[in-house]
Amino acid sequence: MNDHSHHPIKLAIAAIGGQGGSVLANWIVATAERRAYQVQATSVAGVAQRTGATIYYIEMMPPEGLVDGEPVFALYPVPGDLDVVIAGELLEAGRAIQRGFVTPDRTALIASSHRVYSTIEKSSLGDGTLDGQVILEVGAKVARRFVCFDMAQAADHTQSVISSVLLGALAGSACLPFSRKDYEASIRADGRAVNASLAGFSAGFAQACAPKSVGNLDITLNDPLCDDTTPPEPFKLPLDEPVAAEILELVYKIEAEIPPPCQELVLEGLRRVVDYQDVDYGKLYLSRLDRFHAPENPDWRLLMAVARLLALRMSYEDTVRVAELKTRPARIRRLRQEVKISAGQLLYTTEFMRPRVEEVCATLPARLGAYILGSARLRAAVSVLFGRGRKIKSNRLPGFLLLYLLASLKRWRRGSYRFVQEDKQINVWLERIQACLPGQYDLALEIARCADLIKGYGDTHARGLDRFNTIMKHLNGAVSTGDSVETVRTLRRAALADEEGVAFTRALSKLNQTQG
Amino acid sequence: MAERSFAKEVLKLRLGAGDEFRGEGILAVTKALLQSGVAYVGGYQGAPISHLMDVLADAQKQGILDEWGVHFESSASEAAAAAMLAASVNYPLRGAVTWKSTVGTNVASDALANLASGGVTGGALIIIGEDYGEGSSIMQERTHAFAMKSQIWLLDPRPNLTTITNLVEHGFSLSEASHTPVMLELRIRACHVNGRFAARDNKKPAMTLSQALETPRRNLDRIVLPPASFLHEQEKISERWPAAVAYIREHQLNELFAGAADQIGIVVQGGLYNTLLRAMALLGCADYFGNSKIPIYVLNVTYPLLDEEIVSFCRNKEAILMVEEGQPDYLEQAFNTILRRAGSDTAISGSDLLPLAGEYTGQVLMDGLRRFLQQRAPQLLQNIATQVGEGVGDELQTEQLEKLVPAIAPRPPGFCTGCPERPVFTAIKMLQEKMGPLHVSGDIGCHLFSIYPPFNIGNTTMGYGLGAAGASAFDGQSNRRAISLMGDGGFWHNGLTSGIGNAVFNQSDRLTIIIDNDYSAATGGQDILSSSAHNSTRSTRHPIEKAVRGVGVKWVRTVRSYNLQQMRANLEEALTTKEKGPKVIVAQSECMLNKQRRVRPQLASDIAAGKRVVRERFGVDPDLCTGDHSCIRLSGCPSLSVKHSDDPLKTSPIAFVDNSCVGCGHCGEVAHAAVLCPSFYKTDIVFNPSWWDRFTAGYRSWIISFLQRRSEKKRLKYVF
Repeated sequence: MNDHSHHPIKLAIAAIGGQGGSVLANWIVATAERRAYQVQATSVAGVAQRTGATIYYIEMMPPEGLVDGEPVFALYPVPGDLDVVIAGELLEAGRAIQRGFVTPDRTALIASSHRVYSTIEKSSLGDGTLDGQVILEVGAKVARRFVCFDMAQAADHTQSVISSVLLGALAGSACLPFSRKDYEASIRADGRAVNASLAGFSAGFAQACAPKSVGNLDITLNDPLCDDTTPPEPFKLPLDEPVAAEILELVYKIEAEIPPPCQELVLEGLRRVVDYQDVDYGKLYLSRLDRFHAPENPDWRLLMAVARLLALRMSYEDTVRVAELKTRPARIRRLRQEVKISAGQLLYTTEFMRPRVEEVCATLPARLGAYILGSARLRAAVSVLFGRGRKIKSNRLPGFLLLYLLASLKRWRRGSYRFVQEDKQINVWLERIQACLPGQYDLALEIARCADLIKGYGDTHARGLDRFNTIMKHLNGAVSTGDSVETVRTLRRAALADEEGVAFTRALSKLNQTQG
Repeated sequence: MAERSFAKEVLKLRLGAGDEFRGEGILAVTKALLQSGVAYVGGYQGAPISHLMDVLADAQKQGILDEWGVHFESSASEAAAAAMLAASVNYPLRGAVTWKSTVGTNVASDALANLASGGVTGGALIIIGEDYGEGSSIMQERTHAFAMKSQIWLLDPRPNLTTITNLVEHGFSLSEASHTPVMLELRIRACHVNGRFAARDNKKPAMTLSQALETPRRNLDRIVLPPASFLHEQEKISERWPAAVAYIREHQLNELFAGAADQIGIVVQGGLYNTLLRAMALLGCADYFGNSKIPIYVLNVTYPLLDEEIVSFCRNKEAILMVEEGQPDYLEQAFNTILRRAGSDTAISGSDLLPLAGEYTGQVLMDGLRRFLQQRAPQLLQNIATQVGEGVGDELQTEQLEKLVPAIAPRPPGFCTGCPERPVFTAIKMLQEKMGPLHVSGDIGCHLFSIYPPFNIGNTTMGYGLGAAGASAFDGQSNRRAISLMGDGGFWHNGLTSGIGNAVFNQSDRLTIIIDNDYSAATGGQDILSSSAHNSTRSTRHPIEKAVRGVGVKWVRTVRSYNLQQMRANLEEALTTKEKGPKVIVAQSECMLNKQRRVRPQLASDIAAGKRVVRERFGVDPDLCTGDHSCIRLSGCPSLSVKHSDDPLKTSPIAFVDNSCVGCGHCGEVAHAAVLCPSFYKTDIVFNPSWWDRFTAGYRSWIISFLQRRSEKKRLKYVF
């Protein structure tokens, strides 16, 4: 055997099924063949790759190597033996690194920094998304060269697909001995969506070959994940801006009373509740916060938690709020942008609403709402009248007028059934928190955080509220106070663990046993 | 129409001597069949040989198969395909069939055993897509066992197109020389490998099917009935085996590669040759062109083995390494027997140094080979190539990789965007919320993805079309009924009889949901009897409901899959009705992957032609989404994802619908049926609107803007 024979170039594509990995592989094969390379590509097709993680593998023997004979190509990538790894998504880049495909001595890693969340991440009751930053950091350390930017965005801007941007990034990175013209010729020869693909290719090429250097590694341009050089703008209260006098008064109150680290969040909360109802409601919000910025508290965590959750609780979503947000002109502008509507095209929207008896009664005057909800017969009657799924065409007149009318009920919201209920519940919650102070700061914090359980609509909201109330009830019955913090924390986390409440029930019965 | 079209590629089937063929492995096999003068072909789709069926179907549509007098059928099942080979029993007709193995071989084994018993006159070739290792979707087993039990020869060619196509042609001759059917095994990546080989001219079959039909032949000795069946067994040993051995030896189907270190040797299954060579190259024992320091004996035929070849390869060798993938280690056992009988004391390593179970990747072989060389020839390891794995396993790498552990989540395959199977599982999930957990018997097909989050539905899967039969023990013991699932593919494969007929005959009371999406979707969108598309070479549009009623089911409902409320109502009724007898719900809607492939180019050309086109997609209002993700847990659509909110008050990411949305409508249905939240909306984009569209849009937007300005004036006063 010849110890100094030529080597093939080895390239793997880590992709998600349906992302166009085979198109990319075909372009690369065609490009290499154009330069008289002998190429072999393999993949796994079929149901095993539907939307799942999959690997394409390509080996390319340079023409000068072919004098040594007929190459024997491998069908699998071997860890530590790859020249180029292309990943169409950040987590897949991480998976490729984890499999050992990226090594500092030789591998160029070309990856898109965008995330396509896996089902497990996105179906969490809270925030189940994984930390992409770690992958970026590790990628920068283990790759010989790391070209990484948001290629999904580049594809979107050029109305192309990510495979063309990836090909452009590969070309721009100059990892392979092929010229831009070679790659472009392959796209042209393919014949499908040529112009869009070339545009995507150009975008990828430009970003990859004009990188900003971090050490000896090339890391991205405009991706906020990668970009650690721009410091965030320091926060300033809008005291110099032209705002209504009533508002300015409240902003001054924040400046005077709220400690600076919390000002931004409190201002945001204020903004939310004023937008939700009116200036008076904003005043109520700030006055409710009064009791939580006492200087004897050890830190600002409680104030932050209450400020955030109180704003959310005070701006609970009722039909009036939904109707108002759905009819604002800003929303229509956003929709037009989102679907990239162009001149000469029309846009229509349909809203999916299904008010239950509870939602209908929520907006009725408190006593009427309570009366209907208290009577089985009336409940049934209202259900029959309203309890259907409705598709409201919100930019045709009947639909718009209906929503507009609903939104205008805002001025009577304070007298509505739900408002009275919510107001009562908020007060109980706040008092409960306050009762823990100053002695039991951590417990106060835990109780405040339990409000995170109350979100969503319909059944989801009812379920969350039910779990919240169960925790509060449990707290009332708890004998010892020392363990209360841990108890509430355990229950709160269990309540968020799964929808069916398996973990929550388990946690509850365990606690009852130990206390029983 | 299948998911992937080979309309352009099949033209390569017309290449002749002097041309170079370039393309996918599976297309090369088809070319080799034509070069062998095959008279008929059949098979059942399934990865990794689905594309072989697609190539043949496209070649048939373009008349290429007719040019060479080849009859091609999309068989109803692997059993049907295997039975087709009966045409080669009495006539010198060459026939080939193909399927996914071992599952397809399981189904086909009745016909295969009969075929192998009586033996064949014309060459009978079975092309096996060995679905083993990464990318496989089935249980991990070897086809080797079937070859041995029925005495069918097993070819395992080196995975390059030249060897594969040569072995296809030899396979027919070997079959004819030994009157035995032959299996040609292709591993997953070999099926999808692209490469090149020197083409030969296609041949017309020596005898045509019409000649056979017009002059029927009958030979009582070839029929599997006593006493002939006893004769067959004797014949297998005394005549067919020696004939096969003689053919294999004479044509040198197995290959010997010399190497200087001849006190040791490596024996490898042909299909693993390239992986072995790479492992050797990385250890510095071979180059990239097949030149090796160690002698290699390549078994392109793994059954039968050639005793003399083996003994002669091992002569004067201290030890050999047996590279055999999968278990049991049939080859290693056979080698031990052969060598001991021959009085050879050459040691055999294999399952002691290489794993007994699991795929042999480059890394696995490299590790095993390194251990072998450390024991037997450590001097060969001195110049391990420096190019590989310098960073692998060192401290930096290990430390970095550990950091990644919490950042990586598994990404199993799942339902496509807009898939019409999801609503069925949404309905079941919602029903379970009401009725409590249910026993669900799964089947084979995309619908099996219900096992994974977010649906978590399905308790067992027993095989293609066997979803209904898989629940048959649970019947009438409780008020709670079990649910069976079945795809349309599985239904026509065998589910109609094994599931539905079985349930009728046994007076079962269970519910079977048949998912009718117009294609055998999981295998790549091939047409089946109930497909609604017109197919020029197949008879389609035979409704499932009619077949179900035909075997005696009274309670049958055909429901549009996306109609969630109706689906849930029907499910609930089926599980609670007092009516006796099997219940069947046919959940019908076209596979979205295939529909988009069909519709998208059409829409694009309509838009370009100035026709009025409405495109729908869904969205979520970010201000209204509270980030509880209950919609995601009920939908499971890839296009319904999450993003981090700009709103500092919201700590959970909010739901959003990405650009891949195809507007299937499921989001809206879920929002309604599950009383989720009002944040979902649908947008209709009207391309090339008519004058009426523009007129109505004009006055609407005038009135709407007027009202909006009115309320904004008030609101903006307090915006800061």
